[in-house]
Amino acid sequence: MTQPLLKLSGLGKSFSENRVFSGIDMQVMAGDRIAIIGASGSGKSTLLRCINALEKPDQGLIEFGNISLATGQANGQAYKEKDLCALRQRVGMVFQQFNLFPHMTVVGNVSEGLVTVRGMNKSEAKALAIGELRRVGLEDKADAYPSHLSGGQKQRVAIARALAMNPEILLFDEPTSALDPNLVGEVLGVIEQLANEGRTMLLVTHEIGFAYHVANRIVFLADGGIYETGTPDEVLKNPKGHLTQQFLADHQRFQF
Amino acid sequence: MTYYWNFQSVFDNWWALAVGLGGTLRLFIVCLILGMSLGLLVALGRRSRTKAVRWASTAFVEFFRNTPVLVQILWFYYALPILAPVEISPFTAAILGISLNSAAYSAEIYRGGIQSIEPGQWEAAKAIGMNGLQVLRRIVLPQAIRRIVPALTNRGIEIFKMSTLASVVAYVEMLQQGKLIASLNFNPLEVYTVVAALFMIILYPLVRVTYAVERHLSRSD
Repeated sequence: MTQPLLKLSGLGKSFSENRVFSGIDMQVMAGDRIAIIGASGSGKSTLLRCINALEKPDQGLIEFGNISLATGQANGQAYKEKDLCALRQRVGMVFQQFNLFPHMTVVGNVSEGLVTVRGMNKSEAKALAIGELRRVGLEDKADAYPSHLSGGQKQRVAIARALAMNPEILLFDEPTSALDPNLVGEVLGVIEQLANEGRTMLLVTHEIGFAYHVANRIVFLADGGIYETGTPDEVLKNPKGHLTQQFLADHQRFQF
Repeated sequence: MTYYWNFQSVFDNWWALAVGLGGTLRLFIVCLILGMSLGLLVALGRRSRTKAVRWASTAFVEFFRNTPVLVQILWFYYALPILAPVEISPFTAAILGISLNSAAYSAEIYRGGIQSIEPGQWEAAKAIGMNGLQVLRRIVLPQAIRRIVPALTNRGIEIFKMSTLASVVAYVEMLQQGKLIASLNFNPLEVYTVVAALFMIILYPLVRVTYAVERHLSRSD
C-alpha cells in the first residue's frame, strides 16, 4: 500500500472551554476527494483549518510528507513559522468569503504567492498566473480589481490563486456558501473539473448532491468526532448512524 | 481708533522669515519621517508576541500622548543634559519632542488601521505560505495605510504646526523669526498675520496633494 499524503492522528481542538472535536484520525491518499459534512457547529470548518494550521489543534499530530506538526504543546507558540509556511505552500486553501486581496488586480492576486513566497520573477509569475486564470475561465479579467467581479468570479480567482502554488492538496471551506444560488454552479463546475483531473481535495460543503457526485469518500462529523465515514453510497444513500440519518433527513426535507 | 496696517518692516525683513521658513521645513521633514516610521514600529511593537515589547510600546504611547510637547521639548533641552553628559541643540530637542510625540499618536493610527483589516486577509496570505512579515508588507500594511491616509495627513499637518513650539528653545523657525521682527519694530499684528498666512499658504497645497494621493490609492475600490 502506498503512503498516505496526509495523516491526521488523534487531532483535537477546543476553543477555551468548548471542545469542538477530539480523536480525529484520517488518512488522505493522493487523488482522494473527501467531502466533510455535518451540522453547523460540528467542527467541519475547524477541522479543515487545522490541516493547514490556520487553527492550531491542541491535540494530536499532522503528518504531511516530511513535515510533521506535533501539536501536544498547544497554543501555537510551539510551532515554528518555517514549518507552517512550508506546509501551507503545499496545501492550497479556498475560503467561504474568497478573501481576495482587494488592493491587487486579479492577476496580482494569483501571482502574489509565486513572487513573494517562491521568489519567482514577476513576468514568469504573471504568465503562470494567466495560465491558472485560463483554467478557471477568467483570463479576460486579469487586470480587473476584485471589487469589480461577481461572487462566483471572485471564488474562481481564489481557486486560481490556490492552484498557482501547485499544491498537493486543496482545501475548500464551504466554497459556495457565500454565493447567490445562480452563481453556485460555475464554482462547483471548476471544482468538479479539478476533481476529474485527479487533484487531491478536502471539501467542506452543504451541497450534499455535489459531494455525492464528486467525492470518493464522505466524512460526517457529529458528536465531537468522525461519526460516520465511507463511500458516498454508504454514507449518503445508506447511512447507519441515527445522527447521519437525521442530518440527511433534515437536508432533504424541502427537496422536491 | 483706527489702526493703520504697516507691513513695511515685515517686508524689509523678508530674509529673516525666509531663513525661518527653511528652519521650519527642515524640522518638519525630519519629524515627519521620524514620527511616522517610529510610529509604525511602536504600533507593531504593541502587537508583538513578546510581552516585554508590548509593554514597552504601550508605555511609550501613553507617556508621550499624555504629556505636552512643549514640556517635552523644554525637558529635552534643559533637563536631559543635567542627567546625561550630552549636548542638546535646540534642533535636537525639538526633533525629540515633536517626533516622539507624533510617533505615539501615529502608532495609534497605524494600530487602528492594522486592526481594521479583516482576519480573512491574514488567513488568505498565510494560506499561500507567507510568513508574518510578508503578510504585513504585502497584504496588511498596503491596505491599512490606504485607510489611514486621512488620519496620517492630519498628523502631518499637526507636525508642521507643532514646529512653532521649537521657538521656546530659540530654534530658528518661522515663529521665532517673527518674534524677532516684531521685537525690532513693535508691530506684532503685521508680523504674526504674515506668519499665520505663510503657514496656510504652504500647508494648503500640501493637503491638496494628499487628497490626490487618497484618490489615487482608492482606485481599486
